[in-house]
Amino acid sequence: MTDNPKDIKSSDRAPKAQRGQVVQKPDGVDAIGAKITVNIDGQDIKVPMGTTILEAARKFGIRIPTLCHHDDLCVAGVCRVCVVEIEGQRALQASCAYPITSPLKIKTHTPQVRRARRHIIDLLLSKHYGECYTCFRNNNCELQSLAKEYGVDFFRFGHPEKPMYEKDNSSYAVVRDMNKCVLCRRCVRTCIDLQEVGVLEAAHRSSDTRIETFLDKPLSDVVCINCGQCINRCPTGALTANDPTDEVWAAIDDPTKHVTIQTAPSPRAGIGECFGLEPGTPMTFEMNTALRRCGFDKVFDTNFTADLTIIEEGTELLLRLYKALVEKDETVALPQFTSCSPGWVKFMEHFYPEMLPNMSSAKSPQQMFGALIKTFYAEQQGIDPSNIVSVALMPCSAKKFECNRPEMTDSGFKDVDYGLTTREMAKMISEAGIHLPDMPKSDFDAPFGTATGSGVIFGATGGVMEAALRSVIELVCGVRAEDLFEHANIIPVRGFEGTRLVELPIENVGPVPDVFKKLVPNWDWLKGATLKVGVCHGTANAKKVLDDIKNGGEFSKCHFIEFMACPGGCLGGGGQPIPTTPEIRAARAEAIYAEDRSYGVRKSHENPVIWELYEKFLTDGPCGHISHKLLHTQYTARGKYI
Amino acid sequence: MLVSNRNRLDRELDVLIDKCGRQRTALMPILQAVQRKYGFIRNFAMQKIADALSIHPVEVHGVVTFYSFLSEKPRGRFIIRLCRTISCEMAGKDRVAAQLETELGIKFGETTVDKRFTLEWANCMGLCDQGPAMLVNDTHYTRVTPQRVLEILEECRSRLSPHAMQGAEEEHLV
Amino acid sequence: MSTELTFSQVDPYAGLKAAAGIGRADILATMKTANIRGRGGAGFPVSVKWNLAAAAVGPEKFIVCNADEGEPGTFKDRLVLSEHADLVFDGMTIAAIAAGAQKGILYLRGEYVYMLNDLETVLARRREDGMLGQNSAGRIGFDFDVEIRLGSGAYVCGEETALIESLEGHRGEPRNRPPFPVDTGYLGRPTVVNNVETLAWAACILARGAEWFNRIGTEQSAGPKLLSISGDCENPGVYEFPLGVSITEVLKVVGAEDAKAVQIGGASGQCVPAGNFERKIAFEDVATGGSIIVFGPGRDMLDVARNFMEFFVDESCGQCTPCREGNEKLLEGIEMLAAGTCSMKYLRELCSLGKTMQVASKCGLGQSSPNAFLSIVEHFPDEILGRAEGTVA
Repeated sequence: MTDNPKDIKSSDRAPKAQRGQVVQKPDGVDAIGAKITVNIDGQDIKVPMGTTILEAARKFGIRIPTLCHHDDLCVAGVCRVCVVEIEGQRALQASCAYPITSPLKIKTHTPQVRRARRHIIDLLLSKHYGECYTCFRNNNCELQSLAKEYGVDFFRFGHPEKPMYEKDNSSYAVVRDMNKCVLCRRCVRTCIDLQEVGVLEAAHRSSDTRIETFLDKPLSDVVCINCGQCINRCPTGALTANDPTDEVWAAIDDPTKHVTIQTAPSPRAGIGECFGLEPGTPMTFEMNTALRRCGFDKVFDTNFTADLTIIEEGTELLLRLYKALVEKDETVALPQFTSCSPGWVKFMEHFYPEMLPNMSSAKSPQQMFGALIKTFYAEQQGIDPSNIVSVALMPCSAKKFECNRPEMTDSGFKDVDYGLTTREMAKMISEAGIHLPDMPKSDFDAPFGTATGSGVIFGATGGVMEAALRSVIELVCGVRAEDLFEHANIIPVRGFEGTRLVELPIENVGPVPDVFKKLVPNWDWLKGATLKVGVCHGTANAKKVLDDIKNGGEFSKCHFIEFMACPGGCLGGGGQPIPTTPEIRAARAEAIYAEDRSYGVRKSHENPVIWELYEKFLTDGPCGHISHKLLHTQYTARGKYI
Repeated sequence: MLVSNRNRLDRELDVLIDKCGRQRTALMPILQAVQRKYGFIRNFAMQKIADALSIHPVEVHGVVTFYSFLSEKPRGRFIIRLCRTISCEMAGKDRVAAQLETELGIKFGETTVDKRFTLEWANCMGLCDQGPAMLVNDTHYTRVTPQRVLEILEECRSRLSPHAMQGAEEEHLV
Repeated sequence: MSTELTFSQVDPYAGLKAAAGIGRADILATMKTANIRGRGGAGFPVSVKWNLAAAAVGPEKFIVCNADEGEPGTFKDRLVLSEHADLVFDGMTIAAIAAGAQKGILYLRGEYVYMLNDLETVLARRREDGMLGQNSAGRIGFDFDVEIRLGSGAYVCGEETALIESLEGHRGEPRNRPPFPVDTGYLGRPTVVNNVETLAWAACILARGAEWFNRIGTEQSAGPKLLSISGDCENPGVYEFPLGVSITEVLKVVGAEDAKAVQIGGASGQCVPAGNFERKIAFEDVATGGSIIVFGPGRDMLDVARNFMEFFVDESCGQCTPCREGNEKLLEGIEMLAAGTCSMKYLRELCSLGKTMQVASKCGLGQSSPNAFLSIVEHFPDEILGRAEGTVA
C-alpha cells in the first residue's frame, strides 16, 4: 500500500495543515533542524531555527494577540496586531511573520507595542460597521475579543454610523457583509491558497481596498462552491452562512406541518463546542432530546442514508467495473468519484466539467433522505407529503445550496426544505432555553433511526472509502472485514494527509449475494485483481488528484476515489463551530471514530432496515429503476467562465 | 460584444500569450499590452488570460484594480493624466485642470461621451522641474498652461484620422 | 557643485571593462573601499548587499534595477536613464559579475514609458558591442542580458519587495521581511535590487577608482549625489552635490535663498524649516533619495501637508492596517485643521497615531508616510492651528 505518492507534490502555497508529511533533510547544523535560543519577555527559549516569534511564544505560554494569523493558512502579516519589539530594531515586527534565525531579544508588551495594538484596533473599529448585539458572531468574534482585551473604551477615531456596502445575500450558502470586514484576508487565503477555488481576492488599493469576487459580482454568479471554509476562518461576522432558522421555527410553530430533521454525524461531534465543551465531545443522544424539545416531530439519523449511499454507490462502482473489465466497454468512466460532498460536486461542475461522467450518480445521503421522507415515509405514516417539512442538520454550508438545486425534487416536492448548520442548530437550541450538555440521552426515531458505524465515519475524510471497503470486502471477497483489518478499522484510508492511495488485492471471491444476482453472474472476473482507491480532502488536493488523473499518473489507475471539499472532511465543514484548527478537527475525528467503535453493527450492508427498504419500496434493488428515480441525480457542466 | 469582435480578441490574446509566456510573470506585460491596444481590459480578456496563466480570474481582477494605469472600464482614446503632486500643484495645476474640464465638459475621472478623452489625476510623474506636467497616453507635456490646453487637445484631435477613429469607436461601442 | 555631471565625464563601457578585467572579488573590494550607500533613499551599503547576494545559494540570480522613482519631487533617474543609460546598464552588468547573476531586469515606471524605445535601442547596441549576451564584456561564460519591464502606476512598487511582487504578476504589495530579496527575491531566487543612480555610480567607481569616490562626501556618506530640486526656486533641475552639503548651500545654487522650508526626501521625507538650513544632506543627518522641494515664503504649509497626505491615501497598497487606515485619519485631521475643528487633544492623538504608523506599518511607505504630517505639525504649529472655516482655499 502506498501513501502520498511521490508524483503528487503538495504545492508550497498550500497551508501547513494540508501539506504532505515530508521531512526535509537538514543541509547542515546551521540550517533546518538546528536550535536557537531567543529571549522573550526575559525568558530564554530554545526553538528550532526558522520558528516564528509567534510560534515560539505560544509554545512557552506567552500570549501574543493575533487577527490575520490562522493556523491553517499561510502567513500574511497584514493586520499588525501581533507586533512586538525586537532589541536593536527601530520598527516593530509582526511576530507571526518573523522567522527566528539569530538570537533575538523580544518584548511582547512594551508601552510602544501596547499603543500600537490599541491604535490598530481603534483604526479597524473606525471602519467596522455594525452593532455587536445583532451579529451572529456576538461573543465569538475575534475583533470583539481584541477590543475587550485592549480596553477599548471609546471610538478614538470614530465609528461608522451608516453601512457603506450592501450585504450580499445572493448565495444560498454564504452571506457577505463587507461592512464588517477588517481586511485580514483570511478568506482570500482560504479561497485561493487552501481551497484553490479562487472566488475572493483583494481588489483596488489603499483605503479603497476591499475583498471582492470577480468584477464584484454577487456570490451566486461566480464560481463559489459554497464550501464555507471562508466562514470558518473569518474573524468577524463579515462572512456568515445563509441562516434559515426563522423559516424552520415557523414550520415548527405551524401545527399543520410535520417537521422532520435528519442529523449528520459531524454536527454531533462538533456542537458541544458551541456550549463550551471541549472539541471532540460527542453529543449525539443529548442532541436528539434537545431537537425533540425544540419541537421537531421526528429526529432521524442521516447515517441511515449514508449506509444506503454505500449500497447504491458501491453497486454503481461494481457495475462500472463489470462493464469496463468484462464487457470491455471503453466508454465507462473510471475511476468513479464519490458525490456526497456538495462543495466538491459544484467544484467539479465549474472546473472539471469534462470529468463529470466519473462522478457517481448517487445523490448525497442528505438528498437520498429527503427523497425517501416525502415518498416512502409519507406513505408509511399516512402523511400528506405536502405537509412535511424536511430539515437537515449538516456540518456544511454547501448543503444549503444542494437542497435548493432545482433537480432535487424527485419526490414531487422539494426533497429537503432547509439545511441548517451546526452553528444555527446550536443557536436554535439555545433559543429554546436548552443547555445541550444537560439534556438526558435519547435515541433516534424509527424507521430511519437504525444506522451502522460505517454511516458515522462519513464525517471524517476517508470515512466513505472505509465504509465502502468494509462492504466490498464482505460482499465480494466472501470474507469478514475483520479478517483483513483488525476490528474492521481500515487504518490506511484514515488520517489527515491531503491525498492517500490504498491498494487492496482481491485474492479470493465469494458467492454473489442475492440482491446482485441480476446484475452480475459471478465475481470471478475480480479474482486476482487489485482494487485501487484514493482519498482526498480539500479542493486544492482534489485539483492535484484530478490533474494527476489527466496526466495519467497514479490516481488515474484508481477505481474509486473519495473526494471531500473541506479539509478534514465533513467534520471540518463550513457549517461547523468556529474556530477551526488542525487540533480541533483531529479531536472531532476522534469523536467520530469512537462512535463508530460503539456500534454493534459497523458495516452498511448489515443494516437490516436497508434491506427492508429494498424489499418494501425500492423493489427492483440497488441501482434499479426506482432507486434511479429517487436516489440518483445528474450534474450540470457549469464551466468556469462567467 | 459582437461574436466577430470577440473572436478577433480571442485570436489576439492567443498571439500575445504565446509571445509573453504562460507563467504568472507574464501577467503584467499581457495586461499592459491589452490596455494599450483597447484602452481597457474586458472581462472576457481577464478570464481568458487567467485561464492561460493557470490563475483565477479574480486574481487578475485584483491586479487590474490595483494599478492606476490598468482599467476594467472603457476609457477614452486619449487618456489625459495631469499630475497633482506638490511641485505641479505649486506650479499651478489647478488652473490647468479647470481649463481641461471646461474644454472637454467632463470632470476628472470621467470620459467624454464620444469616448475620445478621459481625464485622470496622476501622482508624481517625475517632471517636477517642469510643472505642471501632463501625460497624454505615452506623450508627456511640461509647463502646461491653461492657454496650451486647447492646443494640446487640438493636437490630439488632429491625430485622429477618420479611419483610425472609426476602428476605435467600433471597438469601444461593442 | 560641479557644472557638469560626473556621469557626462565617464565613458560608457569604461567601468564595465575595468570590472570585467578584475572579477568578482576585486569588484566587491572596490565597492567596499568606495563605501557607497544606496541612492534610492534607504542608504543600505551596496557592498554588503552585493556580498550577501554573492554568498547566497541559488540556481539563478537576478539583478533588478529599480527605475520606479515615484517619490514626489524626484526626477534624477529620468535624467540618468535618458542621458546616461549606458552607465546604468554597465552598473547592472558589474553587479551581475559581482553577485554571479545571469539576468537583469530594469523595472521602468509606467510614467516613463516614453523612454522605452530609446532604452531598447541602447540595449540592442550593447548586445552588438558584446557588452550583453553571450560572454558579456568579454568574460568567457558570463552570459548576462537585461530585460525591461514596465510598471503600471503604483508608487509602492518602488519598494523593492513590492517591485518584485509586481514583476511576478501580483498586486504590488510589499512582502514580509525577512527573508530579504538577496536571499529570496524574484521567483524566490537571490536578487539584488538597486536604484538607477546607485548602479550608475557603481560604473563610475569602477572606471575612476574607489578612492576618487570615497574622497568626496563625508565619512558615513561617501560620494556625490544627484538631487532633483523643484518648487519655489529660480532654477529647478537635477544637480550633483557632494553628500554632506548644507541645505543653505543647495538653496543658494538653485536660487531659493528666501525659502521658508524645504521638503527633503519627498513626501516620505521630512520638512526642514528655515531655522535648520545649516543641516547637512547626508545619511547621518537629513537623508534623501534625491528629492528636494522648496517652499517659498508665501506657501501655506497645511496645503503642503494635505497634498502629501492625499498622495499617501492614494498610493498606500492597502494591505496593512496602520498605513491603510492611518493615512486616511491623518488626512481627515488635516481637513479638520483647515476647517478649524481639530482640537489640540485630537491633534495629539493623531501625532501619536503617526508614531505608531512609523513603527508598526509593514513597509517603508507606511513607516514614512506620517513624516510630512508630523514635521509640519512640529515646525509650523502657528500656521496650522486656530484656523476658521474658509481661511484655506
